[in-house]
Amino acid sequence: MTATTAPPRPVTARPAPPGTRRDHSRRSSPVSTAILLVGAAYCLLPVLWVLVASSKSASELFSTFTFAPSTHLFGNIAELSAYRDGLFWRWMANTALYAGVGGVLSTLVSAAAGYGLAKYSFAGKQAIFNVLLAGVLVPSVVLAVPQYLLLAKLGLTNTYWAVLLPSIISPYGIYLARIYAAAAVPDDVVEAARTDGAGDFRIFRSIASPLMAPGLVTVFLFQFVAIWNNFLLPYIMLGDDKLFPLTVGLSGLLNQGASQPSLYTSVITGSLLSIVPLLALFLTLQRYWKVDLAAGAVKS
Amino acid sequence: MSTSPTAPSTRRRTVAPYAFLAPAVLLFGAFLALPIGYAVYLSLRTVQVRGLGLGKGSREEVWAGLSNYSKAITDPDFAASVLRVAAYGVLVVPAMLGLALLFALLLDSPRARATKFSRLAIFLPYAVPAVISSLLWGFLYLPSVSPLYFVFGKLGWDVPSVLGSGSVIYAVANIAVWGGVGFNMVVIYTALKAIPTEIYEAAKLDGCSEVSIAWRIKVPVVLPSLIMTFVFSLIATLQVFAEPVTLRPLTNTISSTWTPLMKVYRDAFTRDDLYSAAATSVVLAVATFVLSFGFLRLVQNRAFSQEN
Repeated sequence: MTATTAPPRPVTARPAPPGTRRDHSRRSSPVSTAILLVGAAYCLLPVLWVLVASSKSASELFSTFTFAPSTHLFGNIAELSAYRDGLFWRWMANTALYAGVGGVLSTLVSAAAGYGLAKYSFAGKQAIFNVLLAGVLVPSVVLAVPQYLLLAKLGLTNTYWAVLLPSIISPYGIYLARIYAAAAVPDDVVEAARTDGAGDFRIFRSIASPLMAPGLVTVFLFQFVAIWNNFLLPYIMLGDDKLFPLTVGLSGLLNQGASQPSLYTSVITGSLLSIVPLLALFLTLQRYWKVDLAAGAVKS
Repeated sequence: MSTSPTAPSTRRRTVAPYAFLAPAVLLFGAFLALPIGYAVYLSLRTVQVRGLGLGKGSREEVWAGLSNYSKAITDPDFAASVLRVAAYGVLVVPAMLGLALLFALLLDSPRARATKFSRLAIFLPYAVPAVISSLLWGFLYLPSVSPLYFVFGKLGWDVPSVLGSGSVIYAVANIAVWGGVGFNMVVIYTALKAIPTEIYEAAKLDGCSEVSIAWRIKVPVVLPSLIMTFVFSLIATLQVFAEPVTLRPLTNTISSTWTPLMKVYRDAFTRDDLYSAAATSVVLAVATFVLSFGFLRLVQNRAFSQEN
């Protein structure tokens, strides 16, 4: 394993060069700052809009100025909650279930496979790794229809399993876990534990997993967000709206809004509520977002 | 587990990795390999109808050879959706990666301010599912809601609808750029942070400006990351689905075969023609592989090679 395969590189503050050059380089550039702020404004615009729009009543939505807030937020939330006996909250719970359980299982499977690939040499290792890696490039389009048909044969479509099971396997998660295991678990620590009589599984569970933990948090976040954002898979697999995640549920609600515009307020309030949990997760754990897609790549 | 220290340990080592890999390999087989194989099989089959197609046994699945493929490739709806997605990709990928690179370089520049706030704000859309972001932008595109139309209205300008037939592709592209720029920015920024600082000091002593440091040192160093973001963006572009499907109720300019994946969905689930849907899927998958592997091969010698 080469040294260049380490993604959890420590991000250290860059020391400023000494003397006058330091003052020179530290001078701020208004143009750079302005470009960044314009980018930030562009990215915040729809989020600010949904915050304001959620406070408007159905009649105000299309009649008052876009960014003029109103006072109906709690009324809108109550109305959304009342929609078909709290179906929205059920979608929220479903999404948490799909993303939470799917993310945890996916991380466990990826961690074990990544550790196995990084720390052992065995017959067929390169072949297995190459096949898994090719899986990263498999477009979900080619999987969607046959996955549906196969699960239909097993009678699992329109159940929680139909969304949960295909979400567990993540070739990219395995690839990341392999890199993290190679970088974070030293061979001699594994050897020492083995000499002390620890079994392979115990070494993985008690020694390797804690060392890999920061990397595994990233794998989990990746999978969690991917499942939370997934639309195609549940859209195809589920017919019963009680099983829908937020994405499919809100998309359907928008569809109904075309004939029942009063539902638009609910769609907008639902959108706001649906991004709050992910935003919270994301702000709490943002230090784990150091994504190095090219980790494992070596410059020649 | 045996107590003998040497011989069984080598034996143990031959079994343990397979145990660690077993769940992944099983799931990979069940949910990736098997469906792919099944899709290829289906793409070579078709249903033959005997007589009036009524009653039991009148519909029979038979081998179709490559007829599904020739049908898929020559379908004008398919050609139109491929061309549309190609145009969409030409809009989205350079804009998204160009902005991501620009923002990453500015964040890394010692002369920019408000970097922490900007980094968070620009990364924020990553936390918004494509369906939700399409929904939010969809409303912002509506003339009665959009602040732009409000301003233009006050100025007395007449602006054509963003969701009109000529501009709807830009409307969808904007959603993809908005959703993807922050993620790619973080990927490039992470790679920038890995560059040893001494390089910059040396370059500055040689009289390099911030801009030439960025262009001559930083961009070449993050090239492998740019290549990976490019490949992932390419794959995502070919599969665009959630954004146009979500926008459909707000406009009548998005057809049910607007993108190739939408056509696959329509064929499989509203027309019950699984065979032609499977053939189209396989064509798309092969195209994705050829494009992404072809691109990786093309750049491999220059900047990128796989580990081991």
